[in-house]
Amino acid sequence: MIIQTIMFYVFAVVTVGAGVMVIASRNPVHSVLFLILAFFNSAGLFVMMGAEFLAMILIIVYVGAVAVLFLFVVMMLNINFAELRAGFLQYLPIGGVIGVILLAELVMVFASGAIDIEVPTKVASPTPPADEVSNTQALGDVLYTRYAYLFQGAGFILLIAMVGAIVLTHRRRSDVRRQRIADQVARDPKAAVQVTDIEPGAEGTWKSD
Amino acid sequence: MAEAGVWSTYFYPLFLTVGYILAIVVPLMLVLAFITYFERKVWAAIQLRKGPNVVGPFGLLQPVADGIKCLFKETIVPAGANRALFVMAPMVTFSLGLIGWAVIPFDEHLVLADLNVGLLYLFAVSSLGVYGIIIAGWASNSKYAFLGALRSAAQMVSYEVSIGFVLVTVLLCVGSLNLNDIVEAQRGLWFFIPLFPMFVIYIVSALAETNRTPFDLPEAEGELVAGYQVEYSSMTWLLFMMGEYANIVLLSGLSVILFLGGWLPPFHVEPLTSVPGVVWFLLKTAVVVFIFTWTRATLPRYRYDQLMRLGWKVFLPASLAMVVIVAGALHAFDWLPR
Repeated sequence: MIIQTIMFYVFAVVTVGAGVMVIASRNPVHSVLFLILAFFNSAGLFVMMGAEFLAMILIIVYVGAVAVLFLFVVMMLNINFAELRAGFLQYLPIGGVIGVILLAELVMVFASGAIDIEVPTKVASPTPPADEVSNTQALGDVLYTRYAYLFQGAGFILLIAMVGAIVLTHRRRSDVRRQRIADQVARDPKAAVQVTDIEPGAEGTWKSD
Repeated sequence: MAEAGVWSTYFYPLFLTVGYILAIVVPLMLVLAFITYFERKVWAAIQLRKGPNVVGPFGLLQPVADGIKCLFKETIVPAGANRALFVMAPMVTFSLGLIGWAVIPFDEHLVLADLNVGLLYLFAVSSLGVYGIIIAGWASNSKYAFLGALRSAAQMVSYEVSIGFVLVTVLLCVGSLNLNDIVEAQRGLWFFIPLFPMFVIYIVSALAETNRTPFDLPEAEGELVAGYQVEYSSMTWLLFMMGEYANIVLLSGLSVILFLGGWLPPFHVEPLTSVPGVVWFLLKTAVVVFIFTWTRATLPRYRYDQLMRLGWKVFLPASLAMVVIVAGALHAFDWLPR
C-alpha cells in the first residue's frame, strides 16, 4: 500500500508541476513537452485507479495524436518572444481580477458544502471490480449500449466539424500537375510505345509522330 | 519478523521483476546487435556480394566492432542546439523500443506484464515513437534534421490510423485486448488467412511506422543526408539505431502475435507441438524481420505525395471498409466471440 501512496504523490506532484510549467516556460516547444509530461502522469493516475483502458486511450489520443499536432504547429510558427511578452504588464490587472474571482468562487463552492468533498469515500469505486468485468467491457456496455445514440450524435458532430474544416480550407490548384494513377494504369501500351525496325546504318528512317 | 515481511512484500518482487526485465532486455540487445549483421548479409546475398566477412569468423564480430567504434567516438552537440532535448531524443527512441516488450508473450503465459489492455499499450508505445524523431529534428537546430522530422511526424501519424483499424479488426475476431487471448484465439486458424488484406496493410504500415524503405523519407540520405539523425554522432546515434531496430523487431513480433499465431506451431501434430513455443515465436519473428530486410534491398523509395496518397486515400478507406465487413460478417454468421 505504501508504494501505491508514494506513486500517487509522485504522479500527482509531477502532473501539477508540469501543468505549471506549461504556462510558465518561455519556449512554446517546452510548454508542449511539459503538457505531454502532464498527460503521461495523468495516465499514471488513471492506471492507479484501475482505469487502464482510459489511461491507454489518453496516451494514444492526446499524446500520440493531439500533442504531436500541437508540437508540429508550434515548431513551425516563428514566434517573437519579446513581442509576446510586451503586453504582459498591461494585461496583468485584468488577468489578476479574473483569477481572484475564480478563486473566490471555488472557495465559496467548497466552503458552502455545495460539493461534498467526502464523495470519493462514500460512492463505490469508479470502476467495477476488475475480477468481475474488465473495464474495457464496462466502458463498452455504458458507451455503446446505454448511450449509443448520444455516442453516435457526438460522432456526427465531429464528422461535420471535420468536413467543414476541409471544405473551408480546400482549394483546387490549376497550376500543378497531379499524378493520376488510374490514368497511368489504364494507358494502353500499344499507344504509348512505338516499335520501329531500323536498317543498320540508314539515316532518316526514324520518324516520330 | 517485520524485516522478513518487508523482504517478501517489497524486495523479493522487486528483484524478481528486475530479473525478468534483464532476461528480456539482455537477449534483445544481443539480437539488435546481430540484426545489423543479419541485414547486411541478406542485402549482400541479394546483391551478389559477400557482406561483412573480415572481423571474426564469417564477419560475426562485425556488430561488436561497430559498437566499440561508436562508443569511442566523440559526442558532438551542435552550436545552437537545445542541449537537454538533443540528448533526450535518442533516449526516448531507444526506451520506447524497449518498453513495448513488457507485454509481448513469448510463450503461453511467458510474459512480463499480462495486461488486459496489452494491445492498446503496444499501440500507445508505437504512437509515441514519433516524439524521439520530432524532438531530435527540432533540437538539432538544423534545416535537414527539421525537414526530416516534419516528414516523419506526418508519415507516422498517417500510417498509425490504418494500423489502428487493423488492430480493431483483429480484436473484433478475438473479443479481448489481451495478447495471450489473441494468440489463443488463433489455435484453429491463424488470422493472416481470413484477414489477409489486413495483414498486408499491417506489414506495409509497419514499414512506414518504422521509417524503413520504401518509406524512409525521414532519413532520405540522398537529399536530407539522413534527416533527423544528421547532427548525431557516437552513442546518441547508436541509441537511435538501436531504438529503430528495437521498434522493427517489436512490430514484427506484434505481427506474429496478431496474424501468425504467436507461439503456436503451424500444425498441431506431434514433432511440431513438442517444440517449445518460444522457438516458434522467435522463428516467425525472424521471418517477418527478413521480410523487412528483403523489402529494403528490393524497393526504391516512395515519393512524398505517393506516400501520403497511399496512407490516406488507399489504406484508410480500405481498412475502414474491412472493419465494417469483418464486423458485419462476424455478426451475420454469429461468429462473434462471447
